[in-house]
Amino acid sequence: MDPIHQFQITNLLTFGHIGGYEIAFTNSALFMLIALAVIAALTIGATSSRALVPGRMQSVAEMSYEFVADTLRSSAGSEGMKFFPLVFSLFMFILAVNVIGIIPYMFTVTSHIIITASLALLVFVIVYGYGFWKNGLRFLRLFAPSGIPIILMPLIVFIEVMSHLSRPLSHSLRLFANMLAGHITLKVFGGFVVMLGGLGFLGSLVAILPLGMTVALTALELLVAFLQAYVFAVLTCVYLNDAIHPGH
Amino acid sequence: MDPVAAKYIGAGIACIGMGGAGVGVGTIFGHYLAAALRNPSAAAGQFTNLIFGFAVTEALGIFSLAIAFLLLYAV
Repeated sequence: MDPIHQFQITNLLTFGHIGGYEIAFTNSALFMLIALAVIAALTIGATSSRALVPGRMQSVAEMSYEFVADTLRSSAGSEGMKFFPLVFSLFMFILAVNVIGIIPYMFTVTSHIIITASLALLVFVIVYGYGFWKNGLRFLRLFAPSGIPIILMPLIVFIEVMSHLSRPLSHSLRLFANMLAGHITLKVFGGFVVMLGGLGFLGSLVAILPLGMTVALTALELLVAFLQAYVFAVLTCVYLNDAIHPGH
Repeated sequence: MDPVAAKYIGAGIACIGMGGAGVGVGTIFGHYLAAALRNPSAAAGQFTNLIFGFAVTEALGIFSLAIAFLLLYAV
């Protein structure tokens, strides 16, 4: 029972090789497409009837829209609403992928740092690109807060630049490590059940304890899956706010 | 020392850093709860700040966890 085995990427379809790299359709890509299908079914399918009194699925779609819109409006202002498609896509994609990953035998796409790092770098490039495009060089004032004594300025600028550079790192590592650690813990406790069950009748009795723990941890993982998607969206909003309103 | 044993000991030591993040996250949620009970009407407006502080604090603990994982599985 290797707890890392669940994160194995396997090729489902190999198309060929380009420059020594394999071009293949992997299980990771498959689960991204599944997440996309779930989101499309929710947002397009559920709202196609456009009922005045929404049905069950339509309310879920409307609630998720309102939820993300409120978060964006409260932290980046009404000007930030032009980034709503980005934040909504990020939130729904990460949420769908995380929740699908909790289902047994399903693959968790966000447990690979290449995925989360790509998402975090996307946000990083958009935030700083938009910041420089909208504010020009005045955007650099973001790194030099007003009201700081001139002697302290080099130190503060250094600290600010370092904190901004570590943003994509922490943004990607948080999601990745949370999903990885949660799924490893689940697998380890699942392994205890199997090991104790192999010890005979008395072992099976004791195995109820880790089994209950696995159930409780799955509930916790559901919370973490939602919370991490929300945290990713909130931090994207906060970073966007820096690009839209640079002054401190 | 046996390098494999040293690897596992190092991973264990790296996890101590998560204790600090635990203290920090506990402080954030504890103070939020204390403030929310004093003035419940203002609590909802600070939820984004709560999550932001939680995320920034938690990232530091996650960094040490990442080091532990690196030592366990990537070295």
